[in-house]
Amino acid sequence: MESNELNSPENEIPPELQAQVAITSLDKIYNWGRSASVWPLMFGLACCAIEMICAAASRFDIARFGMEIMRPSPRQSDLMIISGTVTKKMIPIIVRLYNQMPEPKYVLAMGACASGGGPFKEGYNVVSGVDKFIPVDVYVPGCPPTPQALLNGLIKIQEKIKCEPIKTARWYQKGPDMAEIPVPMLGPDLIDPRKIPLIQNGKKN
Amino acid sequence: MATPAPAQTLDLSARFPGVLSPDTRPGYSGWILDNSNLLVFATALRDELGYDYLSSVTAVDYLPEGKMEVVYHVYKTTGGAGVVFKIQVPRADPIEVSSLVSIYPGAEFQEREAWDLFGIKFTGHPDLRRILMWEGFAGHPMRKDWHEPYFEEEAKPLKSRWPEGKMIMAESKNLYGDNIAYPAGFNPESQIFDPEKALYAALRTYQKDEVGLDTDHIIVNLGPQHPSTHGVFRVAVVLDGEKIVNLKPVMGYLHRNHEKIGERNTFIMNMPYTDRLDYLSSMSNNFGYALAVEKLMNVKPTERAEYIRVMMAEMTRIANHLMAIGALLNDLGAYFTPMLYALEERELLLDIFEAVSGSRMMCNYFRFGGVARDLPEGTLQKIKGLFFERLPRKIEEIDRFLSENEIIRSRGIGQGVLTAEDAIKYSASGPLLRASGIPYDVRRAEPYSIYDRFEFDVVVRTNGDIYDRLMVRFDEIRQSIRIVQQAVKQLPDGPVMALKPMYQVRVPPGEAYGRVEGPKGELGFYVISNGKPTPWRYHVRAPSFINLTAFGPICIGQKVADVVAVLGSIDIVLGEVDR
Repeated sequence: MESNELNSPENEIPPELQAQVAITSLDKIYNWGRSASVWPLMFGLACCAIEMICAAASRFDIARFGMEIMRPSPRQSDLMIISGTVTKKMIPIIVRLYNQMPEPKYVLAMGACASGGGPFKEGYNVVSGVDKFIPVDVYVPGCPPTPQALLNGLIKIQEKIKCEPIKTARWYQKGPDMAEIPVPMLGPDLIDPRKIPLIQNGKKN
Repeated sequence: MATPAPAQTLDLSARFPGVLSPDTRPGYSGWILDNSNLLVFATALRDELGYDYLSSVTAVDYLPEGKMEVVYHVYKTTGGAGVVFKIQVPRADPIEVSSLVSIYPGAEFQEREAWDLFGIKFTGHPDLRRILMWEGFAGHPMRKDWHEPYFEEEAKPLKSRWPEGKMIMAESKNLYGDNIAYPAGFNPESQIFDPEKALYAALRTYQKDEVGLDTDHIIVNLGPQHPSTHGVFRVAVVLDGEKIVNLKPVMGYLHRNHEKIGERNTFIMNMPYTDRLDYLSSMSNNFGYALAVEKLMNVKPTERAEYIRVMMAEMTRIANHLMAIGALLNDLGAYFTPMLYALEERELLLDIFEAVSGSRMMCNYFRFGGVARDLPEGTLQKIKGLFFERLPRKIEEIDRFLSENEIIRSRGIGQGVLTAEDAIKYSASGPLLRASGIPYDVRRAEPYSIYDRFEFDVVVRTNGDIYDRLMVRFDEIRQSIRIVQQAVKQLPDGPVMALKPMYQVRVPPGEAYGRVEGPKGELGFYVISNGKPTPWRYHVRAPSFINLTAFGPICIGQKVADVVAVLGSIDIVLGEVDR
């Protein structure tokens, strides 16, 4: 980032110092640092994961956005890229991984399947979009999205990060941490604990 | 291809009098026999007639006739046409068929799949658990009378959306507003159980070593979220110290119901779905499916289309092997650097796919009777530049960097050995089989398309270890380059479609098994048509899935660190394993 880009517009800096000095707010420089070092979770589900690998390789190179450090452990990562079809057998694990990620955390639903089930939506083992269980920040369309589309989605995440003031961001406030998402269970079909009353009532109908 | 040659037909019925009866339904071939004769027949078939390779086991649900059928395809590893035989049993639970695992151990996972999806109990199977769905799932989903939660109609296009073109959310029609359904009287609070119990019980069944110190064994799970399992694959191992004493692969985490959806789709609608099977080699998946349906329709693609198909299939093989080599090196600890070299070349191949089909990965390029469109202007020039100049040089470069490397040699040579006998026994195919010394390649064993016109060698290595599997992939890339070079030179002019383009194809009733030598191994499509616009049965013989049968036996006795290397050398793609 150019230093004049970091500079807040109301501050006048002498031209000879503009290359060296920027006067900015804490929010801006903090979020600038945060947005340029998003560590994704190394986590591939299906076809989209291959395009994610291509995005990390030399031609597309997500290192340009500070995102090349993919961490296999959810404890060390900020961004979860849901790259592929979410199945009923897999969703308990995805929710557990999401719960294990520290705040602030972001979720990018890559491709049609992660966003809404995609071509496999009608399947008996397919979850109709990962947002049925975990909150999603950015949806990237495509089947699979090209690496360029993924990069665009990552830039959107960066834009979102830059708009989060420290003072009001939820994870810096006092009070309890975000409640964990209840982990779905596998029974005769997938059971979302939040839907248990509905399942019991639905039975009565 | 699945049809037995006439001479063998005579042999078989004379050899087994009273046991076999020919399948006389129109469009069908092969033999029907009784369940009580199955084991005797299969033993004789393997030991006396030399059909040592069980390619595919699958089930078909004939709901209107009230019977279930189990279909077996067996071949000789020396090449030639195969034998198809079928067991028919009444469609009333419990449906029981003798297990062939004792004769062809390669049937293990395929029979488990048939149990999971069709509810056929294979008596005598050593470990009959569900394989793709979880233990405790309600029903056997591939049965024709089992309906998924979003079920609307038996066949597409759905009347609620077509021809008016209405947009309807499938959720709006479901009771819970989601893709779920429960059996009547189900109470989620009182009826919770552990789907993992059966797996751990199966893991504990192994021969304890009575010699030496009595040590504690621990169970370790790798995956499903693990950076080296190539997706969402899980391996549960029992360890004695560092040594593996038992191993069970757990799959189904990407089971996206390919076959069930495929039986609702029309024939042509399935083409883009095949792309998503083995998503690294979509063109050769297209090829297999197109071959199977063309065999049913009795259509021959045009000359130019045949050449384009072969070129695309071989390019796919190169792209896939590059990825496999990069991924194996990742698993061996050379983190991402060899992968970058491999991906650089792969990107150039993807550029060609994008030019011809419009998509980098999901090409959806083949049609019944040809290919979707001709090569765009300049593509042939690009292919020539790549295949006559750049690729041969680059492959040698990658080979030079890797094959003499000390770490690769010590991690690879003599490790994870699969002997030739075992490779055949476990129905391994592709590079896994050829690295074990069996020169079996469907392109030569039973030539399809126009492979008989090209000069190329069936690559074979003899040690069957991790290193040989890596080297086989390099050699296969070289052979594929040779094939593409010949195809480019011979490419004729002309149309690329034998039929006029249409939205729906008319497929006469019958069965067909189309198999191609995919990059991962023998990829087969078993398609049954009953004359309607949708296939009655659509089964994929997925090489990655069946190659995993050998995974456990290779690993037992090895160190735990080698599991990852062996898995990398088998080269699986989860889209195909789980379908």
